[in-house]
Amino acid sequence: MNPQHKEQIRAVLKEHARLTKDIATLTDDADLYQAGMTSHASVNVMLGLEGAFEIEFPDHMLKRSVFESVQAIATAIAELTKG
Amino acid sequence: MSATDYDAGKFYDGLVKHRLILPTGVAGAFGRGPVFEDVLERFNRLVDQLAVDDKAEAVTYPPIINREILEQVEYLDSFPQLAGVVHSFMGKELKARELSARVKAGEPWGEFFEQTAVALTPAACYPVYPTLRGTLPSGGRTVSLTSWVFRHEPSPEPTRMQAFRCRELIRVGSTDDVVKWRDTWLQRGVDLLTALGLPAKSDVASDPFFGRGGRMMAVNQIDQKLKFEVLVPVISVDNPTAVCSFNFHQDKFAAKYDIKTADGEMANTACLGFGLERCVMALFQTHGFDPGLWPREVRSRLWP
Repeated sequence: MNPQHKEQIRAVLKEHARLTKDIATLTDDADLYQAGMTSHASVNVMLGLEGAFEIEFPDHMLKRSVFESVQAIATAIAELTKG
Repeated sequence: MSATDYDAGKFYDGLVKHRLILPTGVAGAFGRGPVFEDVLERFNRLVDQLAVDDKAEAVTYPPIINREILEQVEYLDSFPQLAGVVHSFMGKELKARELSARVKAGEPWGEFFEQTAVALTPAACYPVYPTLRGTLPSGGRTVSLTSWVFRHEPSPEPTRMQAFRCRELIRVGSTDDVVKWRDTWLQRGVDLLTALGLPAKSDVASDPFFGRGGRMMAVNQIDQKLKFEVLVPVISVDNPTAVCSFNFHQDKFAAKYDIKTADGEMANTACLGFGLERCVMALFQTHGFDPGLWPREVRSRLWP
């Protein structure tokens, strides 16, 4: 896993997730929905990540669990950017 | 005996031929004939009877809604493709003459119109939530209404209308109350339709959210089992038509409009809606175009 990815993910979350807590206080495993991310905000996060990483999430990844934590997002992005 | 073999085109033609619906030249905007209306009103009365114990407050709104409500509930994020927003002419006389000239020349004239404070109501329950602001009585509240709603999805297929009536009940209270109420009504909905001879089934469902982001919203909605529909074959046996829906909103509306339960917790809301025209069309498809020939047990419920 590229450690820079997590910083980039956190930057996207800071801009789009509309969390009720500062993203810097959350661990990689913290539940972003519990931290205030709404369904609409998660869509903005998804589109923000696609822009930041120049990727496109396939349909099977467009679900709640893929965006539930920094770690879950990093795993999905690693899968999409490998090779 | 079914009216047609579940063919959308034949069913539309049959509804027109029997003067049940009255074409206007615009897809999904037909009128309704007297027999259709009679069945619709009688069906809605059966819902009244089911709701007796709910002791709901009955309210009525016009088919227009404060545009700010659509903005507040993020309707334009979720369903921009379905929205209908009212625009009116607000210019002086010279502009009105220009408008007239454009119209007479058969040229586009939309730019002469400006956005007003209202939109067409896209869901019957939306005007209700802002009125519930504050602390609820213990036991919560239940509201009932029938309203015309608008969805911009013109289609020649008769069950997909641009404007139709929705009979809704809205429940607001604690999470447990609201979920239990929704589940009770889901069963009531299936039972009502079954008693009318309709092969009704319930299933988990999602709303037609816009775009790729919308696909994500829809998957979330299904994962969390927030929406159920009752389905009856109308224009297809393989893809039955949703005739009513049962929606748990969690605290989406309560948080937006600061609705609290009697013990100070954030409230939850749920709503259910019978698509009245679709329920009536399901009856015509299932039992035939002439209600005089419907099975006696169905007639005895609608014409007691």
